[in-house]
Amino acid sequence: MTSPTTSSKPRRPVKQIHLAAHFPGVNNTTVWSDPRAGSHIEFSSFAHFARTAERAKFDFLFLAEGLRLREQGGHIYDLDVVGRPDTFTVLTALAAVTERIGLTGTINSTFNEPYEVARQFAGLDHLSDGRAAWNVVTSWDAFTGENFRRGGFLPQEERYSRAKEFLATAKELFDSWHGDEIIADQDTGTFLKDAKAGSFTHTGQHFDIHGQFNVPRSPQGRPVIFQAGDSEEGREFAAAEADAIFSRHGTLEAGRAFYTDVKSRLAKYGRRRDQLLILPAATFALADTDAEAEELAREVRRQQVSGATALKHLEFVWNRDLSSYDPEGPLPDVDPDVGDNHIAQGRAQVRMYRDPMATAREWRALAEANNWSIRDLVIHTGNRQNFVGSPATLARTIDEYVQSDASDGFILVPHLTPTGLDEFADKVVPLLQEQGVFRTDYEGPTLRDHLGLAHPDTETEERQAS
Amino acid sequence: MSANPTPLHLAVALDGTGWHPASWREPVSRPRDLFTAAYWTDLITEAERGLLDLVTLEDGLGLQSSHFLDPDGRTDQVRGRLDAVLIASRVAPLTQHIGLVPTVVATHTEPFHISKAIATLDYVSSGRAGLRVQITARPNEAAHFGRRTLGRIDRYDTPAVHELFDEAADHVEVVRRLWDSWEDDAEIRDTATGRFIDRDKLHYIDFEGRHFSVKGPSITPRPPQGQPIVSALAHETVPYRLVARSADIGYVTPFDTDGARAIVSEVRAEQRAAGRADEPLHIFGDLVVFLDGDPAAARARQERLDTLAGEPYTSDARIFAGSPAELADLLQEFETAGLTGFRLRPAVAGHDLPAITRGLVPELQRRGAFRRAYEADTLRGLLGLARPANRCAAA
Repeated sequence: MTSPTTSSKPRRPVKQIHLAAHFPGVNNTTVWSDPRAGSHIEFSSFAHFARTAERAKFDFLFLAEGLRLREQGGHIYDLDVVGRPDTFTVLTALAAVTERIGLTGTINSTFNEPYEVARQFAGLDHLSDGRAAWNVVTSWDAFTGENFRRGGFLPQEERYSRAKEFLATAKELFDSWHGDEIIADQDTGTFLKDAKAGSFTHTGQHFDIHGQFNVPRSPQGRPVIFQAGDSEEGREFAAAEADAIFSRHGTLEAGRAFYTDVKSRLAKYGRRRDQLLILPAATFALADTDAEAEELAREVRRQQVSGATALKHLEFVWNRDLSSYDPEGPLPDVDPDVGDNHIAQGRAQVRMYRDPMATAREWRALAEANNWSIRDLVIHTGNRQNFVGSPATLARTIDEYVQSDASDGFILVPHLTPTGLDEFADKVVPLLQEQGVFRTDYEGPTLRDHLGLAHPDTETEERQAS
Repeated sequence: MSANPTPLHLAVALDGTGWHPASWREPVSRPRDLFTAAYWTDLITEAERGLLDLVTLEDGLGLQSSHFLDPDGRTDQVRGRLDAVLIASRVAPLTQHIGLVPTVVATHTEPFHISKAIATLDYVSSGRAGLRVQITARPNEAAHFGRRTLGRIDRYDTPAVHELFDEAADHVEVVRRLWDSWEDDAEIRDTATGRFIDRDKLHYIDFEGRHFSVKGPSITPRPPQGQPIVSALAHETVPYRLVARSADIGYVTPFDTDGARAIVSEVRAEQRAAGRADEPLHIFGDLVVFLDGDPAAARARQERLDTLAGEPYTSDARIFAGSPAELADLLQEFETAGLTGFRLRPAVAGHDLPAITRGLVPELQRRGAFRRAYEADTLRGLLGLARPANRCAAA
């Protein structure tokens, strides 16, 4: 049953849900073996995905980034999708085939320079008429650094300090033009009002640069800023600097705890609770009925975790070659190798297992208690679909999460490229719209408009006034 | 003119409202639109209507300046510009045939980023991408990055400039190796073994140079053209050497036919010295053009703009003012010196680009010297270049 909006009025104003879509890539979420799976490189895939998300009135499309191919056991990892295009180039091309949807890209602050990145984001904002967003991330590993002039020398403890200074420097560059410098008066011959337009000087621990920025102020003033990362430092960074945060808290309880924590940090930076959106990534299995969706979810998990994939994932914890084990058999009885050299390179998730011995003990106990094989264990302990059900169930559940402050919305990660969003757009979005919790059309042209964020100039005035 | 001239290749170089510093003051110019997608889309689709091989897009990592090395603080000329790779990718889905060749500055950029950006431009344009590699010796641009200081440079033939060009050559070498770091059929999607790729068809490039080392492989699979087009502007021996070693097209700046012949001979000698004598290398002549049906009108326009600018316009390239027929004569004369094509710099983009596509092109077509339809789907195809074998795969 769909929720009647006329008979039972909500007791408080309903929160509007924010929805975005992540083009899935180099991880085992993506089921590339499905006959419907298309290219993850060809532009037509990105165009289809972006147009679907725009048809559904989503806030934005999100692209992750990778700067080195993953390796495991000294070999390039070959079981997941490998390879992706350049973030800026794809997002700018997508601006040509869409009109409203926001274009969000992850760009690393370690292997780039502020002048160049600020130029590219300001350019994307101009060329998309105000739809650019930047997910600021950081990397410190020498492994990735081997592809760059800069190398891999950044100590882990400096990663947020560089990221913060990088973002602060980029903001100085974005703000170095005020928006009224270009007069271009053809009669008098004055192009620039001010010869010093774009002037900046930044001296700090990581950057010591000065000169003139050469991109005039862009439609959004500066791109929307996203932060991803769950550490104490990451949460503070987001509370101080970001417009939105990507989180991984998939359950209602964990989501609410995270939401409460992060939102409570805003006041000390002179910010209101609605100035930082919390948008967890979410996967889903959607079918006509709940029972069919449960079956689909099980099937997809089996496709996502082949026997070979299960062994490779177990290696994250065991940190040793497990290729001689039978994925349909019991867990290894050897202990994890707790040496410094990790068998998997270029992956964030291996850091989740800070105490591999404890994890191994826990997993062995789980497997014995449930009579699970290696593959069963990885399927059960790995990421599962956040939302499983019929269109009505998905719409109801997503709304429940948002209304109970587990999030402000979700970044959906379908398991199929590029059509994995189609059914959600056609069947779930209309229900959310009927419930009055999701827009039926875009209200403004820019991503800031979609997200309900003020233009940075207005926001600065507010902070100064408060 | 001979009855059956060799078909020419034609490119147009886009920079702001045009190459004359007062071009923005022409009524046809749209200086307030320079930072919009519509402006660039209109120009590039106009070039495509004229069946041109490619457009290049100028770029720089600082404000434009009338001085060679320093900012000029002027407010009477166009200042500010958008990243050329992004402009190219914004327009790519809206065009179908024309090559898109943005400028990239090797001095301050990461070859890994540039390689994947141009490979991606090749994907979003279905095989029409290239790059024009450039160095910068401007101290103010180095200060925008803060990672190196560049000494004062007063002429080309100094060790510091040699070093910048050597670095650019390394940059291009890394970019090219990264394009080849995936074999074309590396993606196998083998459901039987669960392998998405055949990792034996991916290659570390292990580049070690004076200025950087890069491991590879690329994160982006080999682009549609295999190797997008690499091009460079060259005025003297050091950049000629970069063209001869690294490029598919060199843009040169002869002032007369004898000069063109001398340049071509020097570039070809460098090409032999680089061991590339058998490989195709285009040498395009660069010209700034004022084009009007009435040659006197073109010259009058040049004078009017010079007056507005307060000084006569000078350029590293020959400045031509005249009619399309006169320009066609000149190009065909230059062609006899061994140039294989031309890159025209419209003095006023809004005026001289349409004059090229609607005046010069029909004139050349009448003479049998230019295509009447696009005859290939990729930029390499338009330029008569085969899709190259993968160097990493052969190794």
